[in-house]
Amino acid sequence: MFADYTMGELGAIFAMQGFAGLILFSVFVLMALGLAIIFGQMGVINMAHGEFMILGAYVTYITSNLFADYLPSLFSIYFFIAMILAFFVTAALGMLVEWSLIRHLYKRPLDTLLATWGLSLILQQIYRSVFGAREVGVTIPDWMMGSLPLTDLIEVPINGIFVMVLAISISVAVYFMMYRSSWGKQVRAVTQNRVMAGAVGINTERTDRLTFGIGCGVAGVAGSAFTMIGSTGPTAGQLYIVDTFLVVVFGGAASLLGTIASAFSISQAQSIMEFFLSGSMAKVLTLLTVVGILMLRPQGLFALKLRK
Amino acid sequence: MNARPDFLLTVENLTVSFDGFKAVNGLSFYVEPNECRVIIGPNGAGKTTVLDLICGRTRATDGKVEFKGQDLLKMREDQIVHAGVGRKFQTPTVYEDLTVFENLEISYPKGHGVFGALMFRRDDPVKERIHEIASVVFLDDLLDMKAAFLSHGQKQWLEIGMLLIQDPELLMLDEPVAGMSVAERKQTAELLNRIIQDRSVIVIEHDMKFVEDIATRVTVLHQGKVLSEGSMAHVQADPKVIEVYLGH
Amino acid sequence: MFAKDNKLFSTGDIVGFVVLAVLIFIVLPAGLDTFRLNLFGKYLTYAFVAIGLVLCWGAGGILSLGQGVFFGLGGYCMAMFLKLEASTPEATKIQSTPGIPDFMDWNQITALPMWWEPFNSLTFSLIAVVLVPVIFAFIIGVAMFRRRVGGVYFAIITQAIAAIMTILIIGQQGYTGGVNGITDLRTLLGWDIRTDEAKVILYFVNAVLLFVCLFVAQFIRKSKLGRILIAMRDQEDRVRFSGYDVANFKIFVFCAGAAFAAIGGAMFTLQVGFMSPSFVGIVPSIEMVIFCAVGGRLSILGAVYGALLVNLAKTTFSEMFPELWLLGLGALFIAVVLAFPNGLAGLYKDYVEPRLMALFKKKADDGGGRNFDSIKAPAE
Repeated sequence: MFADYTMGELGAIFAMQGFAGLILFSVFVLMALGLAIIFGQMGVINMAHGEFMILGAYVTYITSNLFADYLPSLFSIYFFIAMILAFFVTAALGMLVEWSLIRHLYKRPLDTLLATWGLSLILQQIYRSVFGAREVGVTIPDWMMGSLPLTDLIEVPINGIFVMVLAISISVAVYFMMYRSSWGKQVRAVTQNRVMAGAVGINTERTDRLTFGIGCGVAGVAGSAFTMIGSTGPTAGQLYIVDTFLVVVFGGAASLLGTIASAFSISQAQSIMEFFLSGSMAKVLTLLTVVGILMLRPQGLFALKLRK
Repeated sequence: MNARPDFLLTVENLTVSFDGFKAVNGLSFYVEPNECRVIIGPNGAGKTTVLDLICGRTRATDGKVEFKGQDLLKMREDQIVHAGVGRKFQTPTVYEDLTVFENLEISYPKGHGVFGALMFRRDDPVKERIHEIASVVFLDDLLDMKAAFLSHGQKQWLEIGMLLIQDPELLMLDEPVAGMSVAERKQTAELLNRIIQDRSVIVIEHDMKFVEDIATRVTVLHQGKVLSEGSMAHVQADPKVIEVYLGH
Repeated sequence: MFAKDNKLFSTGDIVGFVVLAVLIFIVLPAGLDTFRLNLFGKYLTYAFVAIGLVLCWGAGGILSLGQGVFFGLGGYCMAMFLKLEASTPEATKIQSTPGIPDFMDWNQITALPMWWEPFNSLTFSLIAVVLVPVIFAFIIGVAMFRRRVGGVYFAIITQAIAAIMTILIIGQQGYTGGVNGITDLRTLLGWDIRTDEAKVILYFVNAVLLFVCLFVAQFIRKSKLGRILIAMRDQEDRVRFSGYDVANFKIFVFCAGAAFAAIGGAMFTLQVGFMSPSFVGIVPSIEMVIFCAVGGRLSILGAVYGALLVNLAKTTFSEMFPELWLLGLGALFIAVVLAFPNGLAGLYKDYVEPRLMALFKKKADDGGGRNFDSIKAPAE
């Protein structure tokens, strides 16, 4: 199969394929970060996570339309404002959901799963009623279009690079928030021992709500970023949910580093296999491998051995 | 060091490490038939972990646990139970949605396979045995009550009853009188004195008076190691023990 | 002193079974035309899945989000037999390769794949309907429960398996019929399953099978194994240290649930006339859980009503207000979880039964037998 290519072309193919894998990796990281906070830290199964991402995407879509209509001169930077808006809108919705739904179910994780699935159906229907059943795309500002020629043969798309940079910055931000700020310390205190955290004066309810909100907000930013590389439809969120959960679980639910490592291995495996097999078989094989490894090592890649 | 065949339980060089932290470190002790061994020690000494290691709840990193010549470290929890080791947990662990009768019935040593459980019949010997045990643990009037409605002390008794019905040769009790009222505590002490007669028992307990009443020998654990071992009087006089308990 | 005989049926159970039997065998067939009866027959095939979920999830605490896989495997095994019977060389003579299913021909496959061959035999196919899903469930069960994967992780992994199965079926369309599934099924050993008469007969076959499954489920939950499941759900470690190999019990109940789902799937294929990946994936699998939750996750009879009612509502609403159905279904998920964790059976137990009993001035006979419906949903 390689006989038709020269060495240079082969190298270029692998480089491009590797780059496609890196974009997929960034997408996985963005999807998984919010869930790593909500599921990994709080232990809440949020099946509506995909719908929160889609909300971020729709917010971006609306913002881009508003800028095109009213502030065309600033159109080239609308995306940054859209991202901030996406964060706050989804975070607000997340906090509302936590208050009305999730907080009643902290002791019943399997029931949370069903309730948030119900929520995801409702959100999907709302998106369909408001934005229509068809997928919508945003207009990408000119500077993000096109690609960057690295060599004669290798070109990388600028929007891909942008998504990668975004994934890295958000990971760093989440890391500092969780492990370097006093708020992160509170979150971890609450999740590890709710009663004790309450006893030392942490407002556990407020911490829960904020944590859930921020997790959803990160999902919103992820959704916002996805508009740069694809279109958005009401049911698109459902496509992400299995991948997202597998990435988080595979990484070892409570470990941020694990989440990133697992996003990297799953995305690379998938994009390399995609080169040799059909898309669907590559997907099947990747998922099967992940499920198989999880059966052998249910605690995920990175997990502490704890004293029971 | 070879295990003496007359020991019921041989624990040698037992070690478990949780990500580098050795909760139990090179621990050795021996339990004879019909002995009542009490394990004491400050919080975090590894007392509960030792019981977890013996009954298979935690996997040992290194060492040897032998019960009647069988290597317990290679066995599954249920196999260890069938070999004759019973374990009571620190917090009362009963099936709250089932009645007292059903709680005891599940522990009855018959029909433990899938198909055995499907075909299990509640015949007269079963009922008689359950009534017998229920009266030993003061619950014969409450057989039809859901375990959720029992008091804390009654739950402790029920769990002890669930162990008794298996008639284990080695009974391991983790703080059996913790959280009980004074009256319940006295009743439990009597109960334990009665049931430890025909078997070996390992008890973790903080109540020194209680310990003095029942112990054949006492093992003091500290930081995952044996600090002192011998009769109650012996360990109480041991300067190392006094240092650990009173020194800081 | 204590009435400790563990009867298979308490008085309440007998009343429940009789009422359901009257509804399914007399009221529905007498009151509905063939089209509607066939529709209800289809709903009842989901009841098989819901009964299995009562055992796995309600009693055992094992939430599987992959029951659609077993429903689908059962349905596909049946569909493969029917498809081969419909693909005689005469009936398919316009194809470039006559004698193989039409979708294979469309996908340039020129010979029947080896693993399709045995499905020429009805006996083999009927055995496969149950055995293939059960073996699959057994493999999953052994891999997961031996490694002590449970709770949320089990739910997520079974959901991933449902996703994998759908992608696989759609991707391998030459062998599976792809996204359309296996369609255009006609006869069963020469007997046309598309006639009105056949549909009525199949409805009754389905109803009888449903009651067989209900009896088996009743036997399981009233046996000591049923109580062990509840014990395991609440205090898994205590069960383990009472000398039970917990994994075996979970594997058993998961396989039983898979077998029920598979029978439902096969009856679905027979009554509806096709099988497709849209009954296998994530969405149908989680909808099956809601049938069980609405009926009451602890009640096998409730599960049947749950499957009937939710599907009836789905058909009615999605015909009249297609916009509202998804909203309604979503709200149903949330309401059941938040307000009625024991579903219809719980409401019946709390409000209807006490009044009925007062009406008949008759003491409720619990018979000392475990009455599943009276057990509260697990606190966690």
